[in-house]
Amino acid sequence: MAVTTIAGADIHVDDDGFMTEYDEWSEDLAGELARAIGIELTDAHWKVITFLREDYKEQGETATLRRVTTAGGIPTKELFQLFPKKPARKMAYVSGLPKPVGCV
Amino acid sequence: MVKQTKRFIPAGVTKLDEQVARVDTNANTVHLASGEELMYDQLVIATGTSPRPSETPGLEGPEYGRTVHDFYTLEGATNLRDALANFTGGKLVVNLIELPIKCPVAPLEFTFLAESFFAERGMRDQVEITYVTPLEGAFTKPVASKELGDMLDSRKIALEADFYLERVDADEKKLVSYDEREVDYDLLVTVPLNFGADFVAESGLGDELNHVNVDHYTFLANGTDNVFAVGDAANLPTSKAGSVAHFAIDVFTENFLDHIEGRPMTHAFDGHANCYIESGHGKAMLIDFNYTTQPLKGKFPVPGVGPFSLLEETEMNHFGKMMFKWIYWNILLPGKDLPLPAAMSMAGKIEVDA
Ligand SMILES: Cc1cc2nc3c(=O)[nH]c(=O)nc-3n(C[C@H](O)[C@H](O)[C@H](O)COP(=O)(O)OP(=O)(O)OC[C@H]3O[C@@H](n4cnc5c(N)ncnc54)[C@H](O)[C@@H]3O)c2cc1C
Repeated sequence: MAVTTIAGADIHVDDDGFMTEYDEWSEDLAGELARAIGIELTDAHWKVITFLREDYKEQGETATLRRVTTAGGIPTKELFQLFPKKPARKMAYVSGLPKPVGCV
Repeated sequence: MVKQTKRFIPAGVTKLDEQVARVDTNANTVHLASGEELMYDQLVIATGTSPRPSETPGLEGPEYGRTVHDFYTLEGATNLRDALANFTGGKLVVNLIELPIKCPVAPLEFTFLAESFFAERGMRDQVEITYVTPLEGAFTKPVASKELGDMLDSRKIALEADFYLERVDADEKKLVSYDEREVDYDLLVTVPLNFGADFVAESGLGDELNHVNVDHYTFLANGTDNVFAVGDAANLPTSKAGSVAHFAIDVFTENFLDHIEGRPMTHAFDGHANCYIESGHGKAMLIDFNYTTQPLKGKFPVPGVGPFSLLEETEMNHFGKMMFKWIYWNILLPGKDLPLPAAMSMAGKIEVDA
């Protein structure tokens, strides 16, 4: 685990750059993280981020794409448009949540 | 492969051939589809998970069992056997739609065996094989993903990764992903989405895929103190595999005996899984891992027979898998002791940095 500085804040990240401390995340940070992977956040992105953050607080793990679609009500197709190519990873990255665990 | 279940039901156990329609966890009652009700003091759910092709647009239809196949049911496997025997060449696409599925190595295993089958028939050069997966690589965890990816490479099997299937176009014979990528096939072998039993959702016990939300170490269902889910039915973050169910039950039994006596459950399951992967050409691999340790390379010692080789193709591993058929029916299923500890061991494994 390493500490890095983004938007003036020291944050803990794993080897792949995913934040590991839920409370170190902030809305400003989300904007910076998104920019780092080529995404400008819109209201539609925020809806996803808000769901992910809330859901993590309740469930203790990062929601899967399926869960964002069924429990969060956001179509999978839209997730691919908002966070192209690897939506599950990108959503988690921007939301400051652990990398989704690939089920073994 | 098919045997009567009767001889495996121990004396003192009543087996009802009935469907469970719903569980009322407040009233401690199981409602059967027949209308009958069963009261319980403790409930153990073990209703597994099963393929649901109807969940993927375009998958089920007139081509199902003809050019579109699965091998997760007896009927599916039989149809596929015939289709493979009659296949004269072209594009074979093997597709994993989404995890979790029971036996997550099965689609790769099928791919290797199909490659071997066509090679033996002297028609390997007439078959283009592609493995299509929503994962980033051949498998979930880095070490195994690399080894298995190299095996696909060396067999000239193409890998289409990060492919999240939206629909099957069975008329045009193509897979279409959510980000509008397309993969053409002549023969499609897919693993449909796996869902737990409907009553799990009806009873408010499940996640999005009807797998029971449980404590990962004791299998106690969330929000209850007398309902457990074991085996594939539970949403554990490890493989849905017979080996996992086996190791888990060793831990569960001890805990359960304490629990019904009102004592705290002191044993914790580690997520141990142990799976052979048949790789064709008379060889197989073995993987052994748990919640925290990914499948690693090295040796897997077994008193009297081993060691087997981890993440390496050997004839010895294939022999182990073949022996297992007998072990399964005669030792494992009747609940006799197998000389393998429930908890994963690091003995023989080669460690890597996180
Ligand atoms: C092709 C394939 C290959 C596999 N290979 C391996 C392997 O090599 N190694 C390995 O370890 N595992 C393997 N597995 C996985 C293994 O078969 C499963 O993990 C294991 O059977 C799970 O056991 P279980 O008792 O939890 O569920 P199951 O064996 O699925 O049993 C569940 C039972 O519940 C019943 N049921 C479901 N719903 C209801 C209801 N509403 N009411 C009443 N009864 C109900 C079902 O009819 C079924 O009898 C493989 C699976 C497949 C499909």
